Amino acid sequence: MELLSGADMLIRALEDEGVEYIYGYPGGAALHIYDALFRQDRVKHILVRHEQAAAHMADGYARAAGKPGTVLVTSGPGATNTITGIATASMDSIPMVVLCGQVASHLIGEDAFQETDMIGVSRPLVKHNMTVRHPSEIPEIIRKAYFIASTGRPGPVVVDIPKDMTSPNERYEYHYPKKVSLRSYNPAIRGHAGQIRKAVEMMLAAKRPIIYAGGGVVLGKASKELTDLAHRLGHPVTNTIMGLGSFPATDKQSLGWLGMHGSYESNMAMHHSDLVVAIGARFDDRVTNATDKFCPGARIVHVDIDPTSISKTVEADVPIVGPVDAVLKEMIALVKESKEKPDQEALDAWWKQIDEWRAFHGLRYEKSDKYIKPQEVIEALYEVTNGEAYVTSDVGQHQMFAAQYYKFDRPNRWINSGGLGTMGFGFPAAMGVKLNYPEDEVLCVTGEGSIQMNIQELSTCSQYNLPVKIVNLNNQALGMVKQWQDMNYESRHSHSYMDSLPDFMALVEAYGHVGIRIDRKEDLVPKLKEAFAMKDRLVFLDIYVDPYEHVYPMQVARGSMKDMWLSKTERV
Amino acid sequence: MRRIISVMMENEPGALSRVVGLFSQRNYNIETLTVAPTEDETLSRLTVTTTGSDKVIEQITKQLNKLIEVVKLVDLTEGSHIERELMLIKLKAVGSQRAEIKRTVDIFRGQIVDVTNTVYTVQLTGDSDKLDAFINSVGTAGVLEVVRSGVSGIARGEKVLSI
Ligand SMILES: Cc1ncc(C[n+]2csc(CCOP(=O)(O)OP(=O)(O)O)c2C)c(N)n1
Ligand SMILES: [Mg+2]
Repeated sequence: MELLSGADMLIRALEDEGVEYIYGYPGGAALHIYDALFRQDRVKHILVRHEQAAAHMADGYARAAGKPGTVLVTSGPGATNTITGIATASMDSIPMVVLCGQVASHLIGEDAFQETDMIGVSRPLVKHNMTVRHPSEIPEIIRKAYFIASTGRPGPVVVDIPKDMTSPNERYEYHYPKKVSLRSYNPAIRGHAGQIRKAVEMMLAAKRPIIYAGGGVVLGKASKELTDLAHRLGHPVTNTIMGLGSFPATDKQSLGWLGMHGSYESNMAMHHSDLVVAIGARFDDRVTNATDKFCPGARIVHVDIDPTSISKTVEADVPIVGPVDAVLKEMIALVKESKEKPDQEALDAWWKQIDEWRAFHGLRYEKSDKYIKPQEVIEALYEVTNGEAYVTSDVGQHQMFAAQYYKFDRPNRWINSGGLGTMGFGFPAAMGVKLNYPEDEVLCVTGEGSIQMNIQELSTCSQYNLPVKIVNLNNQALGMVKQWQDMNYESRHSHSYMDSLPDFMALVEAYGHVGIRIDRKEDLVPKLKEAFAMKDRLVFLDIYVDPYEHVYPMQVARGSMKDMWLSKTERV
Repeated sequence: MRRIISVMMENEPGALSRVVGLFSQRNYNIETLTVAPTEDETLSRLTVTTTGSDKVIEQITKQLNKLIEVVKLVDLTEGSHIERELMLIKLKAVGSQRAEIKRTVDIFRGQIVDVTNTVYTVQLTGDSDKLDAFINSVGTAGVLEVVRSGVSGIARGEKVLSI
């Protein structure tokens, strides 16, 4: 039996866990670990320029791959810099393991240099966190961390590692546990058969049904099953912004997404439905609008792996706790064997109504001779990339336009911070994706506000040659904030404009990348093509778009699903 | 409605702070909280009393269950149960008050566990209402100090909370 130090055990355990890349930044409390990294070449480390970006990189990878991402940082400021990244992952149920150095055990509690109670600080933001109390525990703790992060409803796990736990002077037998069993943690492996039967009966009998599918379908790898079920039933499907791609956007049964900036037809269909089947979605306030006015005529079936999501904001008539793939498979089997068939006459009438809503609004915007419209840019991106790119986004109007106008036909391709709404997420997330999928096109749709929150990562991209495409929808404003000020504060633009923007061209060139500025309509498509033809270069596209544009539809605050602004002047 | 939730959890450092953190993070209310290890030293038993609508209580029990270290829990108020709280109370006891307090303590089946010329220290167990009633009977004017343990509870009959 081989004897290894705690630090070597840690790296070996990561290798045994199948971790290829970790994202991080060194410092005192993590130096034994960094030394162990140096002495091997199987686990590769990516040095970021700010720990927040390490967390977003790991997160972006996790969202694209459906596997946990891994972060390594030092104690104190290194650890606290990951907090926004951990919170971002937590809100969107993203599996992630964050390994934090900590001051040596005998110093804990003494306000030692770079000591932070990371267990306490991260507690409300993680699925679980653990402290290493003896070096020999390291393999088991690592196994547990990945197991907890990736099973059930996924989420981030923090492991706090006091420096003496990784000392090179103490060695222990290394043994990586094949499996873990935790008596207090047993995520559901299937749904309740009786409830599933009841749900299927309701789906077959429904006259105005709608399937409302969320990020849980992406995380639960159940897109195929969702698509199959929807096709068998002929029901319309709306996705949440987290669920985009879990049902193909170009399928004629897709209504686009729902909620605050969802499509008119999705929100109308939800409001008028008689049966809402929620799958891996959590009735978030950005979806439901006022819950007391939510879908007044609908019965609600709710499938989710996490019992706390069910009946939290909206009461479910048929709650089903279970993994979405298993539940959907059972539903499909029941639909197949059932003697009942969907009520075709009612469904035809329902589709006729939905098509009228589609014809009335669909997604539309007013073209302009003067300005490049942000929506136009996304439509062009969709064409130039054949709809096949991984698209990450930051937070703001550009995010909403990207989600509305890039049609995702596959899951794991649309990567955004839906739950926490973290500006600064998009660029590092795109880097995490590109590193792991070098052959695929990876682009980040951002704004001149958001991109500046992690712009230092241009340096990391030079170091590791990460040729992502950054599409900066430059409206010279914190556009989303400005829109709210236009609508709710009589256009008092308090601190929502971006003064003193840098010369992005000079900036990216200083880091060794390519910058392309687009401010004329006729240049849009040719220059996009030029950028995407540079396969091995990071290209920053600084695109000057209409600074006055708003995102529509937009639900009217505290209204029902169907109360929307459709443009600056039309309200329904 | 007032509920008594009894939780069995891993006896590990940090587990208690997760429970307490959950209540403040989600704006749930804690009235009393007791916790101690059990006969199985890997487990501790926590009793929390809280109030909230049925919907809130349902969320509380689900959220508690979701904590990795929580092994099992039961809402004792859903069935018949025994509820006890211990109180130590210091009362001003001079002159005629001494006999009066002694009588009241006897009625409530408490014990005087410490005596000085001017002070009685009384120990009393019972459900929370009984302890409240005692304080009302002796009158708050004479109360010098009150220490209450918080509620512990257990189900009646054959039902046991075990793993
Ligand atoms: C870290 C962080 N701070 C503040 C906000 C609030 N916020 C939401 S959108 C937005 C404006 C974003 O501006 P920009 O990136 O230029 O995007 P635009 O809306 O102009 O497309 C702000 C400040 C946020 N979401 N995240
Ligand atoms: Mg902007």
